Order: sequence, then C-alpha cells, then structure tokens
Amino acid sequence: MNHPRENNRQNAVTDSIFDHDHALPAPESPGDIPAELLRKTPLNLPNASELDVLRHYTRLSQKNFSIDTQFYPLGSCTMKYNPRIAHAMASLPGFARLHPETPAPAMQGLLQVLWELQEWLAAATGMAAVSLTPAAGAQGELAGVAMIRAYHHARGDTARHKMLIPTAAHGTNPASAQMAGFEVIEIPNLPDGDLDMEALDAHLGPDVAGIMLTNPSTLGVFERRIAEIARHVHAAGGLLYYDGANLNAILGRVQPGQMGFDVMHLNLHKTFATPHGGGGPGAGAVAVQERLKPFLPLPTVTKGESGALRWMTAEDAPRSIGQLSAHGGNIGVLLRAHAYIRRLGRVGVSRVSAYAALNANYLLKELQKLGYQAAFPERRASHEFILSVSDLQQATGIRALDVAKRLLDFGIHAPTIYFPQLVPECLLIEPTETESQATLDRFIAVMAQIREEALAHPELLREAPHHLPVGRLDEALAARKLDVAAALS
Amino acid sequence: MPYIPHDAEETAAMLAAVGVSSLDALFDEIPSSLQVHDMALPEGLSERVLRRELEGRAQSNTPLLCFAGGGAYAHHIPAIVWEIAARGEFYSAYTPYQPEASQGTLQVLYEYQSFITRLTGLEVSNASLYDGASGLAEACLMALRIQGSEKSILVPENLLPSWRKVLDTVLVMQQIRLIPVPYDARTGLLQLPAEAGDAAALIVPQINAFGLLERVDSLTDWAHAHGLLSIAVVNPLALAMLKAPGDWGEQGADIAVGEGQPMGIPLTGGGPYFGFLACRKAYVRQLPGRLVAKTLDARGREGYCLTLQAREQHIRRGKATSNICTNQGLMVTAATIHMATLGSHGLQETAHICHTRAQQLRECLQELPGVSFPHAGPFFHEWVLRLPVSAVKVRDALLGHGLLAGIPLQEWHMGEAGDLLVCATELLEESDLLTYRDALRSVLEAQ
Repeated sequence: MNHPRENNRQNAVTDSIFDHDHALPAPESPGDIPAELLRKTPLNLPNASELDVLRHYTRLSQKNFSIDTQFYPLGSCTMKYNPRIAHAMASLPGFARLHPETPAPAMQGLLQVLWELQEWLAAATGMAAVSLTPAAGAQGELAGVAMIRAYHHARGDTARHKMLIPTAAHGTNPASAQMAGFEVIEIPNLPDGDLDMEALDAHLGPDVAGIMLTNPSTLGVFERRIAEIARHVHAAGGLLYYDGANLNAILGRVQPGQMGFDVMHLNLHKTFATPHGGGGPGAGAVAVQERLKPFLPLPTVTKGESGALRWMTAEDAPRSIGQLSAHGGNIGVLLRAHAYIRRLGRVGVSRVSAYAALNANYLLKELQKLGYQAAFPERRASHEFILSVSDLQQATGIRALDVAKRLLDFGIHAPTIYFPQLVPECLLIEPTETESQATLDRFIAVMAQIREEALAHPELLREAPHHLPVGRLDEALAARKLDVAAALS
Repeated sequence: MPYIPHDAEETAAMLAAVGVSSLDALFDEIPSSLQVHDMALPEGLSERVLRRELEGRAQSNTPLLCFAGGGAYAHHIPAIVWEIAARGEFYSAYTPYQPEASQGTLQVLYEYQSFITRLTGLEVSNASLYDGASGLAEACLMALRIQGSEKSILVPENLLPSWRKVLDTVLVMQQIRLIPVPYDARTGLLQLPAEAGDAAALIVPQINAFGLLERVDSLTDWAHAHGLLSIAVVNPLALAMLKAPGDWGEQGADIAVGEGQPMGIPLTGGGPYFGFLACRKAYVRQLPGRLVAKTLDARGREGYCLTLQAREQHIRRGKATSNICTNQGLMVTAATIHMATLGSHGLQETAHICHTRAQQLRECLQELPGVSFPHAGPFFHEWVLRLPVSAVKVRDALLGHGLLAGIPLQEWHMGEAGDLLVCATELLEESDLLTYRDALRSVLEAQ
C-alpha cells in the first residue's frame, strides 16, 4: 500500500491513525447495482501501511493497565488471571471457523463442549438447568427477571409487577428490572451489612414478583439470614434472583441453589477467568431451578435419544422467554470458561473461594494495621471488603478518588471507588485467588506509603497520577465539547 | 494448584496473620447447613491433556468450505488483527473506568467510533453492543424514547428471522407492539407500509434476509413523511460499496445499526460478535451503552475518557437508557485494527470481490438443470437459489462434499422448500465456485 502523505510524521504524543486519512478513488462501480443504491460520500478511512498500523496499535496497547501487566484489586470485578491455554483452545480453527448455521451433525465437537459447560455450571451452582446464551451479566439479569415474570404469568398470577432490590445492589439490577417492565422497590441494609428484614417484610405481598440479591452482598459480607429471606419471599409467592457477580466468594463452598435462589446468572468473565477485554465480551449464563426450566432463553444444547447433540428451538420449548441474540451467545467466551473449569476440575474449583477469601482477609487485616478503616470491622471479609477513607478526608481533604489515582502511579490498578454508595469515601478491594502473598505485600507497602503521603504531602495524591501518559482528564470538558469522532481532515 | 500460587507455608503464614486456624474458618459466618463439600464436576486435567482433549473436539467439527451467510460471514482476517488484539494489554484489561490507566483502549474506541461514523455517514457511534440483533432492539427502544408517546415499531417481514426473534423477546417485555411490513413475494422487496399508526420508527434492512438490496431512499422518505424515524440495518463491509445510511432519502436515516462480525471477527459458531449503533448527534443523550470522547488533562495534554455516563446504569440505575454494562470491547478492538489494516482501499476492494464472486457463482449455477433464481436482484454478496428438490436435503448431502452450501430458507420458515440462501465472499477462489457447481450437479442428479 502507498503512503498517502509525503509529510506524514510519527508524532509520539498524539500518535494518530488519522494522520493517514485519505480517500482513494473507489473501484469501478458494479454495473448491476442501480447508482442510487451505491455509495455517494467517499469512504474516508485511513490507508496506512501494515507496519504503521502494527506499531500504532502496539504502542496504544502499552498505554493500558491489564492483568497481564498490573495487579487489579478491583472490587466486584474479579480480575483474576485469564489462563492463556483457554485463549489458545478457543482460537483453534475447528472452533473459530464454524459458521453458526452449520447443521448440528457437523458441529458435534462444539456442542459437546457447550453441553458439558451447561452441566458443570448447573453442578457448581446447585441449579437444575442452564442456558449459556446471555452475552453478559446484564443480559443474564434481563433473561432472569423475564423468566420470573413468565413463571408467574404461566400460573395466571399476573399482578406481580414489583421487583425488590437492595439499595446497595449493582446498577444493572434496577436497570434490568426496569427494562423487563418491572417497578423497582429498594430495600435498605442494616448497619451490620445484612438486609433489613423488617423493610423486606413490609414490601412483600401479592404484587411482588421477586427479589434480586447477591450473596455475599455488594458490601463484601455474607448475608447471614439468607435462608430466612428465602422463606419469607417464597411464602409471599415471590422468587429469588441471584446476581452471580460475587460468586467467586463462594464457588465450591456454598451453592445458590441451596441458599434458596430460583434463578441466577453467572459472570463467566469474572468467576470463570475469561478475559475482560477492555470492557467485554463477557458471558452471563443463567441457571434455574426445575420449575423455571421451561422458560430458559434459547438456544440451549440438548441431547437426543441417540446421544447426538443439537440446538433446542422454540418448537422444543414453546414457553421459553425467547432469543437474546441472533445466535447462541458469546461462544468463544464459553469455550474459554469450559477450558478453565476442565483444567481446575472438582478440587481446583473448590479451592477458588477459599484462596479468594484468604487473600481478601489477609489484605483487610494488614491494611487495618496501617490505620485504614474497615466499613464493617466486626465482619469477616468475603472475597472482597470495603475500606472508608472518611478519616483522611476529615484530616486532610483527601478523598477515595485521590487514593485510587495515586495507586496508579505505583503500577497498581485502582480499586472500585464510591460503590456501594452508602459507604462514604469507600474503596472496594478484591484481590482474587490468583495473586501471591508477595504481590499483596507490595500492595500493602504502597498503601502504607500513600497513607503517609496523604497526611504529610496531600498534594501528591490530589494531583495524581503523575507517571502515566495523561493526568486526570477534564470530564466536564469532554461532555461539553463532545468530540466523539475524529473530524475529516 | 492451577493458577493459585500459595504453597502450604505461605497459606499457613497468611492464615496466622488473619488469626484463623484453617481455610474453612474463613467461612465461619456462613451457616454450616448451607456449605457443600462436593460437586459433580470432572477431575482436573494438566494443560497438556486438556489441549489434546479440546483439539480432538475442535477437529471433530467437520471442516467446510463456507457458502452460508445469513448475518454471519466468512471473511479473511489479516494475521496482525488478532496478533495485536490478543496482546495481554488489550485482552486482559478492564473496562476503561480509570482513563489514565486505559488510554490505549480508550483511543482504540475513539478510532472505532470515528470509523463507524464514516462508514454510516452519521455523526455519533457508541462503543458497541452485544450483537447486531440485540443492537437493533436497543435502536428500537432508543427510537421510542426519542419519539415519546408512540408504542410500536414497523418491522419488515424480510428482516433476518433471528433478529426478529430478539425483538420479540426484548420489546414485547415493555408492551411494545411489532407491526409487520410485508414484502412483495415476487421481488422479495419491501412494500411501502400501508399506514404509520402509532409507530415510532420503520426498520429498513439493507441487505434484507434474501440478500437483496432495498429501495432505501423511498422507504426512508416514507418514514419521515409520516413522522417516523428510519432505523437502517446495515452490513459494515457492504457500506464500503453501498450508500451510507446518512445519505438515504432526502434527510438520511436517523439511526444505523448492524452486525460488526464481518470486520475481523471469527465466526466461532455464532459469537462473540459485536453490534454497532450510530445516530445523529441530536439523539446522543438517548444513546445506549458506552461512549468515548477526546478531552484534555490539567496540563493541556490530549486524552480520552468515557462520557455522558449519566445515561448508563452504573450512574442512573433504573432510569438508564439501557441495562448494558459489559459490551464487546475486545471484538471492537479487533474490528478497529481490521479496518485500519484494510483502510478504505482494502474494504472497498474486499466488498467488490465479494460482489463479483456472488455474481460469478450465480452465473455458473445457471447452467444446472432445474435450478432458478426467484429474485431478479440487485444483491450484494448473497442471493436465493431455488432448487427442484428440498434445500435441506441438498444442503445435508453437500456436507459430504465438504461444503456448507447455504441456508435452507425453510429452516427460517421463509420461502419455498427448494430455496437455499447462498453467499460468496472473497475467501472463495474461482475454482471453489466450480467445485460448488459440480458437487451440486452430482447431488441433484442423485436425487
């Protein structure tokens, strides 16, 4: 390919692909397509040499933090190691080149993998059946609450239009319930982190479809009265939805099915080590108890009498809530999750929550020794815990945001901050089981230094980060100016 | 222990620091009645044995030369695309909520948004949705929010049926009615709807489910004349050749949405792909999903960050424009590198080869006795072949010749029993077209 511009100079600061902006003359128009259907505005995409493209995107990659290069104590996100073997297996041509409309007899190898994953996820969660099709946690939630509605409606119980959700829940919970047409009712938590049972009982009734919970909750502690909550909700005719975002805390130890949950989603890009990819793709498989099985989203994989596998259709499952995407979901992600579970096996999977909890409790104890305040000091940490830096804010004006930005300077990704909103100036910290004690100790040492800096040199935090490609960005300017696409040069 | 680095000594030291005697004691707040100690999972495998097992599974999927499309297309992906996209710095990065630590991902997304706006001729693109079909559902919800009081959407009967199914799932939850717009059985093309009713928008599929090109100008003008928005459903590769939605009719389409898979994403049995969604700037506050903007830091350096986050669930919760959180970031990274590698020149060239191959294949099948083409066209790279016998049987027989011959429309509950939707892309050489012709001839003769 030719260089479009003689004067194209690499600019290390802006490093813009649009330096190569250039519209070349389009190939001759095909004679059989009427002119009014053909492109009118010239297609103006950069025409760079392959080497320039390679360098540009390699350099951009180097401006990112990632698990492969940094520690991510990022609460509620379970940023564990993404085993490379899983990527290698999902990229095998025998999987990667399969067209979705391939007839089932010619794709038995893939269907076998998906069938096993359905079985394994059911076994790991204590549920009866699984559909792998939701593309991410939020789509799993949408499918889950849609199944709850379909279940009630199938029994002629059409008045249940309310969904109960803890105030501290992930934002996707109310958004998904709303998108499925439910009215959202928020239930508060008590000062010890458990759900307010009195508030729950006050709302339960014939208009309540169910409740969406995660356990351990977003407050990083186990909901101790879950069995009682399940009894009350079921007695009132409602169903329990389990948000699998925190499943890593209990994997191999406590099963949502046994806690009384009726329907749940799993975030395979959290618990089952598939990559976050800078924002996706994820996979949000849903699992249900027997009575909700007819409503599972399609397609699922089913085994015929001969043992041959095939996709299940609406003809097989007429009461299904339907299809969520054009095909079977994020299959490449499912292949990775399958490889991860197969690699770990029964024993390996049951170790996950134990070491996730060990790392979290170790960090909590050591950070408390440094003077950091736990939001729930009387409670055992789950796989994550909340610190509040309100004391620093009162002493020096330093906020959780400043601590988070200063961590970046030390090559450590910031924890989740200002979530859950009910703990002021909070940091939600989740180390995951794949980090060694040495990594945790380094984080502890950095947190010690940051605390000293906060008290002695608060401007170091307030102006952080100092050592990254950019400092804190003007988000108000971004929204006001709204430059969301490069202008044509 | 796979991927858990602690040895016994380290574990003991850490337990001591926590002040508990065993790993089990870390779960002392959980009622013992809820704790399980076994699960029906298989034994773990070494990486070596795991590889062998999964390579076996992959190889047991029959390798087929692909003549099927229907929304997912076999295209060449330059080696550099996934070589770079799979770099750990992209692959294992988190959502760019900490912009200073995510400038790589954010700049890629800004470039992606720019490329999509140029392909579609619209001003704003989001940073991706799950796939084309779920993206169309989001586009419909967006149109309903923009229009306010309307309660239905005009949906073509020649929209890909799998996409229609997703609309049935998502829109019907919110009591939104889907009003069918019929097509002319002879031409395969949409008829102008009889009336607008209380519809917020008309969906205009360019290309339709038969592979045919619709008269997008008159459909868009009809929508606008009746106070509706026009939602363009487009193939991004075809846009290198076909009129951009922003140029449709007098005023241009309002929203464009499509399946991004043809831009560097492997087929992988149906996903992960990505949905793209572009719109006029006036509608940006109703846009679902993430959006990246260019801005400055305190020292005046250019940088990128997520913007207008008040539209999204993590801020607005139940009042967000969508529940979407995780999107298809890595797929978009690959697509951006793919588009940058091909450039406008390479994309136009690829589009033209696809179109030429589809023409050549059609010509070379014309000589077969008993076959016909029910629609006169025009098409991009896909068309319906009418066989004198069941298309399902022919498709199944051609598997034995190493060919995925197309998609029998009967499986979609469309067309006639002999109708096979056939697609040709740049991956096929002219000799492959002759292989297809000869195999089809022998299968038809054996029927």
